[in-house]
Amino acid sequence: MSGGVPLSWYLMLSAVLFSLGVAGFFFRRNLITMFMSIELMLNAVNLSFVAFSYRFRQVDGHIFTFFVMVVAAAEASVGLAIILTVFKNRGSLQVDDVDSMKN
Amino acid sequence: MDVFLFLVFALTAVGCAISMVVQTHPIHGAISLIGVMGSLAMLYLILGGEFIAAAQVIVYAGAIMVLFVFVIMLLNAGREGASRQPRMVLWLGIPVFIGFLSVLSYLVQRVAPKSEPVRFGAFTGGNTHAVGMKLFTDYLLPFELTSALVLIAILGAIVLARKELD
Repeated sequence: MSGGVPLSWYLMLSAVLFSLGVAGFFFRRNLITMFMSIELMLNAVNLSFVAFSYRFRQVDGHIFTFFVMVVAAAEASVGLAIILTVFKNRGSLQVDDVDSMKN
Repeated sequence: MDVFLFLVFALTAVGCAISMVVQTHPIHGAISLIGVMGSLAMLYLILGGEFIAAAQVIVYAGAIMVLFVFVIMLLNAGREGASRQPRMVLWLGIPVFIGFLSVLSYLVQRVAPKSEPVRFGAFTGGNTHAVGMKLFTDYLLPFELTSALVLIAILGAIVLARKELD
């Protein structure tokens, strides 16, 4: 049985996923895709929580991951309701079209 | 075996995440995000988080992504149009993104403990019993507060989705 991968690889994977979430949030112009990028960032942070929980042999990181999941579920329901309202009023999901507070 | 499993699921996660960022159709992005969440659940399992892996599949890949896909279907969301920003902004953004990633990787390499390899089965404190014991003793108040949060979110979603503006 060979040794496993170092813990830093897990943290590196978490960093890569977080950066991809940030990139998606800034590069994409669709409201739903931007919202999914936020979920990707939350998932990346969850991975590092679980990795540190393994490192310190304590279950607290799992509890925090659980709370992040609950908050993400609440955020998704409210955010998607906001997106529905925006679409009802504007007829578009492009974030460029939602600029009534500009100028 | 541990290295092989990590590489398989990590590469799946990164590939699906890149696909999510690159795809222009929201439904393709949603399917890619489900791939990321599934492979992350497998990585949680390797790290000893049995309960969290199950909750990841049920809550994230099951509930939240179904909500996303449902909204995409409801709004009949198509391919996203071209941005009004000039293309130069995109080409400036890519070096900034790479710089952000390298700063983040440098910090992780600096602070990360390198000594200990991760082995499947080395940490068994993440089962449902241990999580439940911790959740209902030390974290009881936050747990009860989340129930209030979820209730408020339900009410907020109903009010927002019913509102008719003119």
